[in-house]
Amino acid sequence: MTTAIQNVGTYLERFTEFQSRTRIEHLPWLHRLREDAFARFCATGFPTTHDEDWRFTNVAPIARTQFVLPPIGAVQISGADLQPWRMEEAAVELVFIDGQFAPELSMLDNAQRSIFVSGLEETLVKHPEQLEPHLGRYLDIRRDPFSALNTAFADDGAFVHVGRGAILEKPIHLLFVSRAYSVPTMIHPRNLLLFEEESQATVIEEYVSLGSSTMLCNSATELIAGDSATASHYMIEREHTEAFNISTLQIQQHRSANVASHSLLLGGGLVRNNVHPVLAGEGGECLISGLFIGDGGQHLDNYMYVEHASPHCSSRQFYNGILDGRAHGVFHGRIVVHKAAQKTDAKQTNRNLLLSDDAQIDTKPQLEIYADDVKCTHGATIGQIDADALFYLQSRGIDEMSARRILLLAFSGECLERMKPGPARDHAERLIRGHLLSIASRSPGQNDVSHGEPVAERSWEEVG
Amino acid sequence: MSLLEIRNLHVAIGGDEILKGIDLRVNPGEVHSIMGPNGSGKSTLAQVLSRREAYKVTEGEVRFNGKDLLVMKPEEAACEGVFMAFQYPVEIPGIGNTYFLRSALNAIRKYHGDDEVDAIDFLPMFREKLKLLEMDEKLMNRSVNEGFSGGEKKRNEILQMAVLEPKLAILDETDSGLDIDALRIVAKGVNAMRSPDRAMLVVTHYQRLLNHIVPDFVHVLVDGRIVRSGGPNLALELEEKGYGWIEGEARQAVSVSGY
Repeated sequence: MTTAIQNVGTYLERFTEFQSRTRIEHLPWLHRLREDAFARFCATGFPTTHDEDWRFTNVAPIARTQFVLPPIGAVQISGADLQPWRMEEAAVELVFIDGQFAPELSMLDNAQRSIFVSGLEETLVKHPEQLEPHLGRYLDIRRDPFSALNTAFADDGAFVHVGRGAILEKPIHLLFVSRAYSVPTMIHPRNLLLFEEESQATVIEEYVSLGSSTMLCNSATELIAGDSATASHYMIEREHTEAFNISTLQIQQHRSANVASHSLLLGGGLVRNNVHPVLAGEGGECLISGLFIGDGGQHLDNYMYVEHASPHCSSRQFYNGILDGRAHGVFHGRIVVHKAAQKTDAKQTNRNLLLSDDAQIDTKPQLEIYADDVKCTHGATIGQIDADALFYLQSRGIDEMSARRILLLAFSGECLERMKPGPARDHAERLIRGHLLSIASRSPGQNDVSHGEPVAERSWEEVG
Repeated sequence: MSLLEIRNLHVAIGGDEILKGIDLRVNPGEVHSIMGPNGSGKSTLAQVLSRREAYKVTEGEVRFNGKDLLVMKPEEAACEGVFMAFQYPVEIPGIGNTYFLRSALNAIRKYHGDDEVDAIDFLPMFREKLKLLEMDEKLMNRSVNEGFSGGEKKRNEILQMAVLEPKLAILDETDSGLDIDALRIVAKGVNAMRSPDRAMLVVTHYQRLLNHIVPDFVHVLVDGRIVRSGGPNLALELEEKGYGWIEGEARQAVSVSGY
């Protein structure tokens, strides 16, 4: 493979350094997990655009950067620094600085006995038996080199255990804060979210930056939803535009489990958001909804891999993109229906708004169906702000900038409406509103949309 | 001073001259009807007055309330008091009707330095207007015009007019596609809006609407020019004889005067 890590030596050095400083040495299974993952990563190296799954996203800038691990130890950061990102309404808020759990900055209110939330490393030290059956069992390191890299360097992140029948109304907020350094740094947050039978909770993963410098955040989350569990997951990317952010959400759904994954990509320079649900038990339902808003030179790649492995499951994918400036968006939605998964009902929709001539979207559906009694549909649209709608709003007295913002909000609203009403949705709505305000004010009429030009729309829908 | 004063207005779209010198004065309290065959320029006139940019004014001027209307953006014209009831109202998915109308009302109030109206104060006034147009409040929870029937869309236009209370209301083919019941409701809404400080410009192809909204003046537009003006009887005459006779007359006039 061409790919080969240009810096294999560097990664070997980092891995050796990582192993020498890790606090957990007495767990042979974990040691093996990391060693195997590192070997796998070395064997494949970073993907290239020749790889079908990476056709539209070139990770060469990541491959050629020499990243170091951020220093460990006392965290010099005050609660006040975090104020802008706090979520008041959260039941629990875990703060991670450069990927390391910072209990002194966190809000741990584990009053509810049936719910356990802690740092992953701490749990590996204190209760490794809770993690061993799950950690690394679902995430496939052979599918994606970044997953292998994450597993090799996995040591901290969040462990959330929602006990059988437990119901948590308020969300669990996981806040990952990256600091700026004079050299490029990399972190590999690893989360394990365990929803036992009939439990219900919401987890928000949010990635932000304190200062700005080149960095790689390569996170992986395994979410296991037990029988009849209801899990909501939010991935919110708000890092600065020098950040490379690769995230993978691996979902394992058991019988009649109901999982909703919401992604909100607002920040980051080069972003790849992988969502991979496996509907392993009968009667499962999965919603994968997302909104990506890019401008400047942002690259936002959404890679969905939905696997139907059991009968009577339904999956719904809805991704909306808004792209301005020279931003490049990617939607890659793959649905695999295994032979056993009869009566599958899978749907995929990707809608995009391009606000400038230089913005770009690549959207690609892929259906792989081995069962014979299934319903799978997919469709995508690419368009611009509707000039007639814009004029209609203006003709009622609403100024052009506000009118643009209202139309963008309406487009984004489709994603908000799929979120359950509550603090997580309110949080997402606040972020979207704020972000669109800046987008709408930055690019009035760049496209001459107000000149009544016909709106180019490309659209296709297929039923298979 | 007239509310609307159009002088020698020439308008082109894509190089074709559509309006070839329109003169029209509309005073507060008056209802003027612009009639004419298809392609005569009626809708173009309405679009220009609502400041649609695609239409290029090549000559002439339009003053609204003493101000130059042709330099205004669509939202400024709206805030100054121009309202257009569209022939084909746009569907806007994702924006609730009530939210949209309140945003519009507040944008106009803000322009005039008035306080914004909050949702609680807005509702009673809004309900009253809904009743006037016999509209179901449930429609208002839906997105703007989305899934509305043709009649519902037209009624929604008049509802917006009733809430925004413009100085000049332009009705562009509001009767097209309406059955007689819907037409009566729309006309009732429009007539309720007639007042000594408000003027209306009713653009229509057929005389039918004018049985319900009786104009003070009727102007006949043929090939980009007003070829005849008169009272309500002119509309009846047109209904009886069709546009043919007046078009023929207009052509003759043109050839006689040597243009």
